[in-house]
Amino acid sequence: MSARTLFEKIWDAHVVAPETADTPAVLYVDLHLVHEVTSPQAFSELRARGLKLRRPDRTLATLDHSTPTLPPKANGERPYTNAEAKAQVSQLETNCREFDVQLYGWDSHDRGIVHVIGPELGATQPGMTIVCGDSHTSTHGAFGALAFGIGTTEVGHVMATQCLLQRKPKTLAIHVDGALSRGISAKDLILHIIGVIGVDGGTGHVIEYRGAAIQALSMEERMTVCNMSIEAGARAGLIAPDETTFAWLKDRPRAPQGAAWDAAVQRWRELHTDEGAGYDSEVRIDASQIRPTVTYGTHPGMAIAMDEPVPTARNAVEQRALNYMHVRPRQPMQGTAVDVVFIGSCTNSRLPDLREAANVLRGHHIAEGVRMLVVPGSEAVRRDAEKEGLHEVFIAAGAEWRIPGCSMCIAMNGDLAEPGQLVVSTSNRNFEGRQGKGARTVLASPATAAASAIAGVITDPREYLTEAAA
Amino acid sequence: MKPVTRIHSRTAVLLDENIDTDRIIPARFLTTTERSGLGKHCFNDWRYLPDGSDNPDFPLNRPTTRSCSILVAGRNFGCGSSREHAPWALLDYGIQAVLCSEIADIFRGNALKNGLLAIELNEPEHQWLLKNPGIELSIDVRAQTIQLPDGGHIQFELEPFARHCLLNGVDQLGFLLQHGDAITHYEHQQEKAA
Repeated sequence: MSARTLFEKIWDAHVVAPETADTPAVLYVDLHLVHEVTSPQAFSELRARGLKLRRPDRTLATLDHSTPTLPPKANGERPYTNAEAKAQVSQLETNCREFDVQLYGWDSHDRGIVHVIGPELGATQPGMTIVCGDSHTSTHGAFGALAFGIGTTEVGHVMATQCLLQRKPKTLAIHVDGALSRGISAKDLILHIIGVIGVDGGTGHVIEYRGAAIQALSMEERMTVCNMSIEAGARAGLIAPDETTFAWLKDRPRAPQGAAWDAAVQRWRELHTDEGAGYDSEVRIDASQIRPTVTYGTHPGMAIAMDEPVPTARNAVEQRALNYMHVRPRQPMQGTAVDVVFIGSCTNSRLPDLREAANVLRGHHIAEGVRMLVVPGSEAVRRDAEKEGLHEVFIAAGAEWRIPGCSMCIAMNGDLAEPGQLVVSTSNRNFEGRQGKGARTVLASPATAAASAIAGVITDPREYLTEAAA
Repeated sequence: MKPVTRIHSRTAVLLDENIDTDRIIPARFLTTTERSGLGKHCFNDWRYLPDGSDNPDFPLNRPTTRSCSILVAGRNFGCGSSREHAPWALLDYGIQAVLCSEIADIFRGNALKNGLLAIELNEPEHQWLLKNPGIELSIDVRAQTIQLPDGGHIQFELEPFARHCLLNGVDQLGFLLQHGDAITHYEHQQEKAA
């Protein structure tokens, strides 16, 4: 067989019916992740047609978007932002009971953000196709899985048939050469990449991240990178699985065990791009040049090093973005006053992200007038963080330590910023109003977010990193 | 889905590039469990002033564009989240077609599955439409043409299966369900290999 890319190998292995000039391919889905926001209308469709869910065993549900991150009140009631949010959650509970889907719900020790718990449980595995009604499904590509977001109609398709109708996307290789400097994180890297290729630089493509700097990343860092592939418009992001991947997955509850594990690893070792296989496009990035990176505008492509001057608007649309952000061109973002700091989301809410923030915060207090929210990505992350005492570092610094969920990333559960407030956020989107109507978002790494909380202005975290912590 | 064969309307223009799905329908309106009724929140935070009255600066609030069902938008329309609430909101608001030089992948797929024509045009034609708001267009899905007021026309590409579904009101789930045997066969092969 001719040389193939990693993407092509996964694609080919999942074609139930090949694409023709007239029809897309029928592509098999190994794992379907479900949450409360984009699934109710799909369950209704199944019900209306009298259809069953084809593979409940390949379906996994959780509660994350509409869920409050404050604990239940004394009477046991959860503080939902409104009755509709509560009804949406209870609808998923009902739907999962009726269609026999395992729900990691309020009573589960493993509940959390869908893109945090999939990997934690070992449900996410190399070579799989994984979909969810959520664009950040690209996160799971960190494991060498072809993972992408779908709409609610397609959620219904997967529920009923375990398949999707798909045209084969193109491939884009992003080679990241060299090594990241001390104190520079995966978040700085992906913000830099999107700043280079643009908010639509990946449209129509599946990205494969490769090169020495990618291989050196931990699994959590790889998830941060793949998570934001969609912010460059890409269908998915992929990283070839390697020893780092296998070591991370071994012994997780849903991962293969015993002899099945050995056989799986043997198969997974084939999941790499063959020598001589071609991509539709390629980009090269020098990791050593990357500095702490933040966004200055209203989409993730408007990203620069925090000490670099904000570019002058080239047109009315860019000017509108600068006006919305109250950002002046030719001045750096470093030093901009901060109102709120958010650490969390499927991009940056895993244990190493919280450690990174705590290492900066330890022994400091956040600036007067700054509000800081730290929201772990899952119950498992919360447990592990509390075992290490990270929550005490956050609380001592003046931050709020919440229970897991999407929280202020999408701001639909009541966790939001006020109009005009500037939020330094470890999430993935700085769109107008994303974190609350009129709120202004600056995307950054956990270390940058923590340093900015202490100083009250956007700050280079390397100023706070001790030798031991870095 | 009802067949979509022809759309005739004046154009409304939103010059902004990268209009994301949060701008089309802010996340706080996603707590619904229904598909219907989202039109009143379409472009909510752009369309209304803080007191709830219409924002006169929002282009679609102008009396001349209120009844337009063809939207010409700046490059990379529909970027961001996978929420199908975005095409649901646009359709409920009265938009039946979006014309753009580049439309985000997930939004385009969601739109076409709901009968919202998401059409990508070449850059010169897109630029011309952006600069000439309010002109009468007639979109013919079968011929894949957009008829201009001066008698000229623009040819556009449309994925053949999406076109077939639009013209015939084909339900894609029905089409997928016809592959039941092939899916079962695939599953058996996988189980044997594992």
